[in-house]
Amino acid sequence: MALINESFFSAEGLEKRLAGKKFWKVMMTEYWIPKDINFLWALGVVLATTFGILVISGIFLMMYYKPDTALAFDSVNYTIMQEVAFGWLFRHMHGVAASVVFLIIYIHMFTGIYYGSYKKGREMIWISGMLLFVTFSAGGFSGYMLPWGQMSYWAAAVITNLFAGGSLEAWGLVEWIRGGFAVNDATLTRFFMLHVFLLPLVIIGVIVFHFYTLRIPHVNNQDADDIDYDAEAEKYLAGNKAESKVIPFWPVFLSKDFAVLSVFLIFYFFLVFNNYNFAMDPVNFDPANDMKTPAHIYPEWYFLWSYETLRGPFFDMLGMKAGDIGLIIFGLAQVIFLVFPFLDKDPDILPAHKRPKFFIWFWIMIIDLLVLSVYGKLPPTGANAWVGFGATAVFILLWVMLPIITKMDAKKRGAL
Amino acid sequence: MREIKIFAVVAFFTGVLYWGVEPFAHSALHPHVDAPDYTFSDIEDVRAGKTGDVAAGKSLIVDQFQCQSCHSMTVDGAQIGASMDMGVMTPDLTTAGLIYDEKYLAAFIANPAKAAQVEHKFVDGAMHPMTPYMSMSGGDVAQEIADIVAFLKSIAPSSITNKEAFADACQRCHSIKYGDFYGGSMAAKGDVSAYMGTTPPDLSQHIRSRSKGFLHEFINEPGKHLHGTAMPRVGLTQASENQVVAYMEEVGDSKKPQRDALWPKFFAYLVIFAVLAWLWKAKIWREVH
Repeated sequence: MALINESFFSAEGLEKRLAGKKFWKVMMTEYWIPKDINFLWALGVVLATTFGILVISGIFLMMYYKPDTALAFDSVNYTIMQEVAFGWLFRHMHGVAASVVFLIIYIHMFTGIYYGSYKKGREMIWISGMLLFVTFSAGGFSGYMLPWGQMSYWAAAVITNLFAGGSLEAWGLVEWIRGGFAVNDATLTRFFMLHVFLLPLVIIGVIVFHFYTLRIPHVNNQDADDIDYDAEAEKYLAGNKAESKVIPFWPVFLSKDFAVLSVFLIFYFFLVFNNYNFAMDPVNFDPANDMKTPAHIYPEWYFLWSYETLRGPFFDMLGMKAGDIGLIIFGLAQVIFLVFPFLDKDPDILPAHKRPKFFIWFWIMIIDLLVLSVYGKLPPTGANAWVGFGATAVFILLWVMLPIITKMDAKKRGAL
Repeated sequence: MREIKIFAVVAFFTGVLYWGVEPFAHSALHPHVDAPDYTFSDIEDVRAGKTGDVAAGKSLIVDQFQCQSCHSMTVDGAQIGASMDMGVMTPDLTTAGLIYDEKYLAAFIANPAKAAQVEHKFVDGAMHPMTPYMSMSGGDVAQEIADIVAFLKSIAPSSITNKEAFADACQRCHSIKYGDFYGGSMAAKGDVSAYMGTTPPDLSQHIRSRSKGFLHEFINEPGKHLHGTAMPRVGLTQASENQVVAYMEEVGDSKKPQRDALWPKFFAYLVIFAVLAWLWKAKIWREVH
């Protein structure tokens, strides 16, 4: 080790010890981002900010929240919402951010899918991103239980029961998860632990990993142009800023991010103050009651599409029980997006509008997920059940078709 | 231009999703019912056009012991009668003439189970704790009911607070514990679980768990949303029902005034931030374009 003689209590001394300038350069002023991007490229920073809002508001909420079935509901709805100064604001911010973060995650995800930002070196970005989706989902689900309202209790009952495994009868597993035969005080306390400790820890770790995975393959751009980063960075540093195809993370990329973020924050706070029922379901303002099943049990909107794949097959088929088929499709739906890079057989990175068949696939997928989401909330009776069945079938078919149509696109282009 | 097009696509699909899972889905989950009917048009006026006489009504209650054998009320500054537990505490009638619709009140006196729409609860010989009105002296029932209603209206205060409206209209069965969380004074005035078949819910958060529209429809006629419910139609006037819902909001959403007042300030701050952010972005990007 090179001995450092400069005083610890001096700017140079600190710089020698920490190399802050070098660090800033590597992480910020010489971290290169393509210039050919649109506002969708700012959603990463929007997500990071929303996660920050969740952490900060969550810390304030945790100061008064009581993870006990006898106290939880009142600690949220009376103590926090009515007694603590601006407790209602932190609760609304937390609840709405938890919902809106999924909207942004979905847009972020489908931006990646549209522009092909998940392959040829970017697989790790995609996989770590999907891990974030999974961990955020677990965070959303565990947090939803904490106010101990009717939907907290019954959603927890329904979803933990999935681990009973249908006809597999995985006895023991669901009781182990719940810490009892029914959702109870032990369930609430352990979900509290997951929500405020383990999951945030994992999420922060995966976020850092997600950022890291971007570093080597670099961020994709609107035309999936293969950029020589060293050459373009040299141009930029030489002063040919207009000519260079890249921009530094700070201040150029972040200045655009902040501009997009400022619009997002107006939208977000509008919801926090004026339109929050979509994120804080009114049914959950009834205290949990294990003797009173709500007329309709549905998950938060961001789980509806996969919930509907669970309910889609509503009759026995192929010698299997409807519930088992649903459970299998539901299980697949949870992991199928993870393997997206390996189902896309097109060797080129191109935006969807330059891949005719994939373009159609993309929009059918979006529409199908919308249909699944809406019908995932409606009562699964009459025609609704058949729409759900059809949309689930289309969902499966789309995944079967993905390798085929991506190959066809590539062949037509002469890439295969 | 391209960015605006992309934004329009994102906004469109987000909007469709929101519409589908919120207004559309909720309209399917909560079937539409008719608007509240504050004229109680299904009720026939049992007074049959008779004009009530206050003095005659007073005589029926004070001298003939109508009503006051089971109900308390304040007459000329003094309480007469007493409230009693008949599975549910019988209400004090001091404010009855103010909070209940008079046509409803007359119909209720004539036949409580029918006016309150709880006849389905009183079958196989079971009786509503309050008997249909009978004249003690073989008089004209329609006239006597008209007299009693006129008298009850005469003793009622001209106005009451929202909290009093809630206490008189709801609190015999429902608690609203957030109204006095530590003092406990907003507990239900009796245990009606045996009478009702279940403990009626605490109403602290009903302003958040039900929409205002639902609350009005439900209070005005509970059976519309919850067929066969044990909750009686209570026959509140529109004004007192508004007071009841206002009290539920004061208790259940006590920070609403603060929330509404804070939003414009937040909005102004965010707009300033947005303007600065866009100006800074334009300045930075001018160099790289």
